[in-house]
Formats: sequence, structure tokens, C-alpha cells
Amino acid sequence: MCATCGCAGDGAVVHAHHDHGDGHSHVIPPGDSRTIILQQKVLAKNDELAERNRSFLTNRGAVMVNLMSSPGAGKTTLLESSAKLLAGTPQVSVIEGDQETALDADRIKAAGCAVVQVNTGVGCHLDAEMVAAALGELDPEPGCVVVVENVGNLVCPALFDLGESARIVLGSVTEGGDKPLKYPHMFRQADLVLVTKVDLLPYVDFDLERYGADVRRLNGRAELLTVSARTGDGLAAWCEWLTRAAAAGRGRPLSRPGQG
Amino acid sequence: MHELAITEGVVAAVTERLPEAKVTLVRLEIGALSGVVADSVRFCFDLVTEGTNLEGASLEIVEPAASCRCRSCGAEFVAEGPFLLCTCGSADVAVESGADLRILSVKVA
Repeated sequence: MCATCGCAGDGAVVHAHHDHGDGHSHVIPPGDSRTIILQQKVLAKNDELAERNRSFLTNRGAVMVNLMSSPGAGKTTLLESSAKLLAGTPQVSVIEGDQETALDADRIKAAGCAVVQVNTGVGCHLDAEMVAAALGELDPEPGCVVVVENVGNLVCPALFDLGESARIVLGSVTEGGDKPLKYPHMFRQADLVLVTKVDLLPYVDFDLERYGADVRRLNGRAELLTVSARTGDGLAAWCEWLTRAAAAGRGRPLSRPGQG
Repeated sequence: MHELAITEGVVAAVTERLPEAKVTLVRLEIGALSGVVADSVRFCFDLVTEGTNLEGASLEIVEPAASCRCRSCGAEFVAEGPFLLCTCGSADVAVESGADLRILSVKVA
């Protein structure tokens, strides 16, 4: 690294204030003698840690999925019901993200899963560093699926890769059908969109067909499933999806929208 | 309000690369599809830089539009609104630019 300006010596830095004479050449813009070109991704550090989490899980023979939704869409209830139905095949371990309290962790523990609660305080999302610490504590067993229940929020968690192999976005029928259009960034990144609380469909104005069409227009590769954790409707199909995604996801890097 | 964490990330990245420098200007690229609101970053910037070697620095933000290429028909277009849809009807679209969140450069005293 260049000791004068901290550049990596890869030609990515412009400096006119000094001449290294060490072989790394830079473009010198006239009249701009103190500009240092960084061209650095802001989330580079998070992405690097996420990649480390992914390797950690791969080495364990485990896999992680990231569950995201607005608060109250039914993430915890879905996990409670899923844990009962799956009955250890595969083993589900959970990282709970909330601003405060261990209420969700207590529920998940009662459902028979290993769980670590992360409280973000004022933070509105989980990042790869928090998940790395939680994974260390969780100590996932080979073959297990680590489900991250992210902080309830349809905006911020979309930006942060945690080291997951699949992203699942929940939308409940009580929230209204306009969420994909209002929060496109989140839905654009989903591998699966799971419509929850479908037992309440007769009582709310929610156009499932239109919702599905909006999701497909935003994200052509996302699958769509419906579930009611209360009645058990759709639960088997969801558990099957999770089992399949877990098997396929081991070691798979997360694809980002529009890439490739 | 993930822009607070994003702005903290900017300051951490710059101070890590240039621990000794007095930074007077930071230039950021916040693409239309990056998921980050430039105004919120501007709002956080003075607060987050306080007490660091970026304190008092100006902030310049360029906001490139979402340039897309249709994988079905090959057309190139700029996406407006939430849908990345080609006029041929395909939603199988690659984002060429406008999704990035980058520190482009800094000026040092």
C-alpha cells in the first residue's frame, strides 16, 4: 500500500501532490491536486463479512435463509408452526432480530428450536457483523437450516447481505395488497414471496391475483406461495420449499437483482 | 433509516483508507436503484462526521439513473418507476448501472 496516500497501488488513486517513483502510475488532473479516487463500495465491508458467514455455514454443512416482512406479518408464528411440522427434519435454528425484548426468542425456544436473540436497539435491520456474532453463539449443527427472522421492516433489511442463500419476503393479507408496489426494493430481491394469514381472505379486501401479478412484474424469478399458520393451509408446501431451498442453497452465493 | 448506518459506513471506509488525512470533500454515487435516499445521507452526514477526520467536509452526491438491458430483445433503456420492464413486455432485465452505492473520491487538505 502507498504510505503517502493509503492507496492500494493498483492505479485506482489520483495524486498530483507527490511522485512515488515506485512504478505505480496515476492520472494527474490539472488544477485538482488533492483528489483521491477511492471507487469503493460503501457496503464492501458488510458484503465481505456476509461472504465469511456463507463460508462458515458451508463448512458446517448448514445453510441460512433470511425472512423479512413488515412487523406483524406473521414471521414468528410461521416459524413456530413450521418447527412443529418439520419436527427436526431438517433441524431449524433461528436468529431473532428485534429492536428490543426476547419475546420472540422465548416463543421459538418453546417450539423446540435453538435460538439466539439479537437486539438492535435503535437499529432498523440486521447486518452481517451482528449475524456473524449470532452464528458463533448459535453454533449450528451440520445439516441444519438457520432462519434469520429479520427486524420487521420492508425497507432497510433489503440492503444488507447477511450470508444467506435465499431471501423470503412475507406479506400478510391484512396489510393490504399494495406492499410490493410501495416497497419494490424488498420484493425485487425475494426468492420467495409468502402470502400469510390467507384464512382471513374472506374478511379483507386483498386481491391475491393482482398481488401475484405485481410481484411477477417486479421480480420474474420469485416464487409465490400462500399460507395460514393458524389453519395449517399451505404449511406443507412452504416447509417443502424451505427443505428444498436449504438442500440447493448450500454454498450458493446470493444473487442480487439485475446482476448477471 | 438505514442511511445512518450507510453514512457511518462511508466515514469508516474513508478513515480506514486515509487515517491521517484531513478530508474536505466526499463524493458519493447513490444509484436510483441502490435503495438509499440521498437526502437522508445528506441529513446524517454532519452528525456522523463530527469528531472524525471528515468533520466539516462537504458532500457531493451523483445519482445515476437506472440503465437497463433487456435479456429477451437486447434493448437498452432507462427504467422509471418501480418496474424494470422492457417495452417488449419482458421483465427479464439486467441492471447495467444505477444500482451502486460507492465512494467515488475524496479531497484532502
